[in-house]
Amino acid sequence: MSNTINQIQDEIVEEFSMFEDWMEKYEYLIDLGKELPLIAEEMKTEDRLIHGCQSRVWVASMMEGPRLLFTADSDAMITKGIISLLIRILSNQTPEDIVKSDLYFIGKIGLQEHLSPTRANGLVGMINRLKNDGLKQLAK
Amino acid sequence: MDTFNAEEIRAHFPILQEVIHGKPLIYFDNGATSQKPTVVIDRISNYYSHENSNVHRGVHFLSDQATQAYELARSTIAAFIHAKHAQEVIFTKGTTEGINAIAFSLGESLQSGDEILISGMEHHANIVPWQMLCERKGTLLKVIPVLDNGTLDLEAFESLLNEKTKLLSIIHVSNTLGTINPVEWMIEKAHAVGAKVLLDAAQSIQHLSIDVQALDCDFMVFSGHKVFGPTGIGILYGKKDILNELPPYQGGGDMIETVTFEKTTYNELPLKFEAGTPNIAGAIGLGEAFSFMNSIDLRGAYQKEKELGAYLRERMREIPSIRFIGDAPETCSTLSFLVGDLHPFDLGTLLDKQGIAVRTGHHCTQPLMQRFNIPGTVRASLAFYNTKNEIDLFIHALTRSIRMLS
Repeated sequence: MSNTINQIQDEIVEEFSMFEDWMEKYEYLIDLGKELPLIAEEMKTEDRLIHGCQSRVWVASMMEGPRLLFTADSDAMITKGIISLLIRILSNQTPEDIVKSDLYFIGKIGLQEHLSPTRANGLVGMINRLKNDGLKQLAK
Repeated sequence: MDTFNAEEIRAHFPILQEVIHGKPLIYFDNGATSQKPTVVIDRISNYYSHENSNVHRGVHFLSDQATQAYELARSTIAAFIHAKHAQEVIFTKGTTEGINAIAFSLGESLQSGDEILISGMEHHANIVPWQMLCERKGTLLKVIPVLDNGTLDLEAFESLLNEKTKLLSIIHVSNTLGTINPVEWMIEKAHAVGAKVLLDAAQSIQHLSIDVQALDCDFMVFSGHKVFGPTGIGILYGKKDILNELPPYQGGGDMIETVTFEKTTYNELPLKFEAGTPNIAGAIGLGEAFSFMNSIDLRGAYQKEKELGAYLRERMREIPSIRFIGDAPETCSTLSFLVGDLHPFDLGTLLDKQGIAVRTGHHCTQPLMQRFNIPGTVRASLAFYNTKNEIDLFIHALTRSIRMLS
C-alpha cells in the first residue's frame, strides 16, 4: 500500500520546515526537479503542454492497475521542482483520490504566491491538468 | 536649479524603503511601471479627500475646482512635451488606448491597399490594433526588420516607404531591447512620402527630453504609470489640424456639442476625444508627476540614468555565458539578457527571493522574440532613483542565482 496523499503532503511540509530562508527552499526545489519522473521526448506533444506558463510544462498520465501514474518535464528548473512535488503527491494514487485531493502543502511550504491566476509558472494550470487527467479516468 | 542628488531623489519614493522576502527592495522593473513620488500619491489622496467632483459640468464650486485642476494637468503636460496647444493633449487610459484611438479614427479614412508601417520591435499594443484595422479596411501591414544588434534595418525602412504608406507607427525606445530609434530622421523620411507618424513614447517619455514640435510627429502616445504617475491614465498627443479632421472614436457624454435623435454635433478638441467622465484623479495625479519632474534637475537625472545604464552593461559583461539581446550603440537604461541556457523564469524567481524585481518573459514583443529565436529574456530596466550600489547587489544576486541553477 503506498502512502496516502496527505501522508506525502505532511512529509513534504516537514522537509521544507528545515529551511530558514527562501534561497534554501528554492535550492531544495531545484534539487527535487532533478528527481522528476521524466516524460518521454515523443510524448512532448501540444496536447500535453500546459498553457499559461512562462516556462513550458508537459504532463503525461497512464493507468497502472487502479492507479494513475504521471510523468512530466519543463524547460525551467524551478517549475520542474514544483511539478515534481505535485507528482510525488499525486502519482500512483487512484483517480478518485487525485480528484478530491486538497493540496494544503502549497500554503504550508510558502508556494502560494505561485497560485495567483496570473502567476507566470501556472501552478494552477498544473494542478488542473493533473486533476483533469484523474477526472477523465473516472468518466471512463 | 539644484544639481541631481540620488539620495534626495530616493526620499521622494516611499516604496523604495520596502523590504521584500527579508531583503531591501531593488526595483529594476521600471519598464513595466515606475514608482510614484509622495507628491503624486498625496495629490490623488487630496483630490478625493477635498476636491472630488465631476469636471466640465456643474456650476458649483467643487466642480469648477476639479475642472481647473484637470485642465491645469493638461497644460502642464502640454508644456512638458512642447505641444503648441494644450488641446492637442488628450487624456486616455494609456498607450494602448491612444494607439487604438488612432487606428480607429485615422483608419476610417484609409482605403484597401493603403499601407501601415511598423517595426519588428513593436510592443503588441502597436501591432494588434493595426492588424485589426487591416482586417476591417483591407490595409496592409509592413514591418521594418530588426538587425542582430537590436537596431532597425534603416535601409529596409527607406525602401519600404512609398506613396501608399499612410502611417508610420514606431516605438521610440524599445521596451525589450532598450534601443533608441532614430525617430527624428525617420519622421522626416516618412513625411517626405506623405505618411503621418505616430510615435510610441511609452518607454522614452521618462528617459529622454521630448519636444513634439522639434520631432514633428503627428501623434504621440504614452502611459502615465511609466512616468511616475498613476495607472489608468495616459496621453494621446496629436497635431491640432489633424485631430480636428479625425472622427471621434468613442461617443458619449462630454464629447458632444448638441445631440438630437436626427443629428449630433461633436465638441471641440480636446473633449471630442474624451467621451464620458474621464479619469480625473488620474489626470491630476499625472499632472503632478510632470510638475515633480519639472521640480528636479531633470537633465542631471537623465545623465545619472545614462551612467547607470552604462555601468549595468559594463558589470554584466563580467558574467560568464552572458548574452545581451540587442546591444545597440544608442540605448536607454534597459537591458535584456540570457545566461547560457538558463530559463528566464528561474533567474527571475531567484532574483525575486533576493529582493530584486526584474521582468521575465516575452515583454509583449513575441515577434521580436521569434526574430531572436528565444522564448523570452530577463529584463532589468532602471530609473533615475536606482543606484550603482543596487547594480552591484544585483550582480551579486544574479551570480548566486546562476550558481544555484548550474
